[in-house]
Amino acid sequence: MNAVRYAAVDSWIVAKRDLIHWVREPVRVFANLAYPIISVLIFGLVFGSAMNVFGGGDYIEFLLPGMFGQTIAFGVGSTLMMVSMDADRGVTDRFRASPMSQTGVVAGRSIADLVNSSLELLVLALCGLVIGWSFHDGLFNALVAFALFLWLRFALVWIGIYLGLLVKPEAAQASWMFLFPLTMFANTFVSPELMPGWLRVVAEWNPLSSTVAAARELFGNPGVGGDSWAAQNSLLLAVLWPAVFVAIFWPLSVLKYRNLSR
Amino acid sequence: MLAEGLRKRFDEKWALDGFDLAVPAGTVCGLLGPNGAGKTTAVRILATLLRLDGGRAEVAGHDVEREAPAVRRQVALNGQQSTVDDVLTGRENLVMWGRLYHLSRREASARADELLEQFGLTDAADKRAKHYSGGMRRRLDLASSFITAPSVLFLDEPTTGLDPRNRGEVWREVKRVVADGTTVLLTTQYLDEADQLADQIVVLDTGRVAAQGTPDQLKSRLGGDRIEVVVRDAGELPVVAEVLGAGAEVDHDAFRVSAAVADRVAALTRVTSALAARGVEAEDIALRRPTLDDAFLAITGHKAVTGVQA
Repeated sequence: MNAVRYAAVDSWIVAKRDLIHWVREPVRVFANLAYPIISVLIFGLVFGSAMNVFGGGDYIEFLLPGMFGQTIAFGVGSTLMMVSMDADRGVTDRFRASPMSQTGVVAGRSIADLVNSSLELLVLALCGLVIGWSFHDGLFNALVAFALFLWLRFALVWIGIYLGLLVKPEAAQASWMFLFPLTMFANTFVSPELMPGWLRVVAEWNPLSSTVAAARELFGNPGVGGDSWAAQNSLLLAVLWPAVFVAIFWPLSVLKYRNLSR
Repeated sequence: MLAEGLRKRFDEKWALDGFDLAVPAGTVCGLLGPNGAGKTTAVRILATLLRLDGGRAEVAGHDVEREAPAVRRQVALNGQQSTVDDVLTGRENLVMWGRLYHLSRREASARADELLEQFGLTDAADKRAKHYSGGMRRRLDLASSFITAPSVLFLDEPTTGLDPRNRGEVWREVKRVVADGTTVLLTTQYLDEADQLADQIVVLDTGRVAAQGTPDQLKSRLGGDRIEVVVRDAGELPVVAEVLGAGAEVDHDAFRVSAAVADRVAALTRVTSALAARGVEAEDIALRRPTLDDAFLAITGHKAVTGVQA
């Protein structure tokens, strides 16, 4: 019983540390938000008029769920960074040599990252509403869509923890070079139907595409559908893909964390 | 604190290869050795951060492998890097660690105030740690190790990179907690630090104990005082060596000859007059007590790092 209570208290203390960072050094939060907001403006207002949505529809309506998805996916980079910095600075060692709950370390990380991503989604959604995006199938469905984004974010926390324990902060910093194309070879900015055959398969089966497609459906935004099984079962895959990630990377992270003592 | 035959392998290399240690409660043991000697590995094993490949170790009466949680409740680790959180204030840093050591909110806050006072940080308590000087950060880091008054404290190179004044401050704090009954295992590359703080010194070299004893015992392994003669002309070195007798060591680069002597002042007079009789004009003649540096050199065959690193 005590163990559970301490796990809860310890995770909150670890999460609070990050939240205080964000409040006191908002520059990083702004920097994180600047990219999606500027992207929305550039793609929505500048390229938007030249963009086609497969099956018709307004490009800004199509774009916003994609931007939510990209923002969520970039989150893995920030988890990765924080975890590798803590490990590099010896903070992780202090945690491990202390009587604190070891679950607390990672649970705290998840809480802080989910709070941060929720904030990013909120700001981005407000920005979207201003330039003409909206949801059309009711508030409940919209909230389910946001929940799916956060479910993906939660799965990415575990990937971030695993990779963060694996690499140095310098390498973590370079992670966006991989993240950037991974979030573009998807249905985020352009319908996969308009891509060459092989890339189309990649884009349709990209886990990010499933969550984005499911969100478009739940928001009532255009660009839903497609011939592939992945495109037609996006809602199912939006639940399954993150579950698969968690199933793989949760145990891997725990193992890696334990093996720090090898 | 007790270690018997600790072995630890990284890939093919044995970082520790049969390391023994016995530190009585309430004393300071200095682990001395060059980089890569296994000092940090030993500390990490004893602090439950690394698993053993052989041997056994007990800290504060508990086995580090089988009773790791019990050990963690009684030890504190202060690593080479500062774990101070720059964005938090000094007080917040301490309260955070207090809470992670499972003090209640009120206890953690009261303890933080006590520690700030003790470590002379009260005035800076509510400033963010990024505005602290190097010495203040180090003190804050140390303070955070004392949250629960640990029975064993591991200090891994606590003054690496600090200027002499800040090193003095850290030494003072360490002496104070030892006076309160904490057992300290200190690793250092600085011989003067071990000399200042340690009751017992263990010299590690390539994963094994190369020597151990009190600082005085290690120094006396060199055979006491030495006389040193420096000349201007390399050609005079053999003459000086002859005067100093058997066991004289000639340093051709420094134009210096040194030898152990038993009778200090008498030896000085004897050497001075013998040199004068042979017409050798010495640049410098001095009596020198051996330092831990000499002991280190004699024990491991290579020089230790001395002074403050940049």
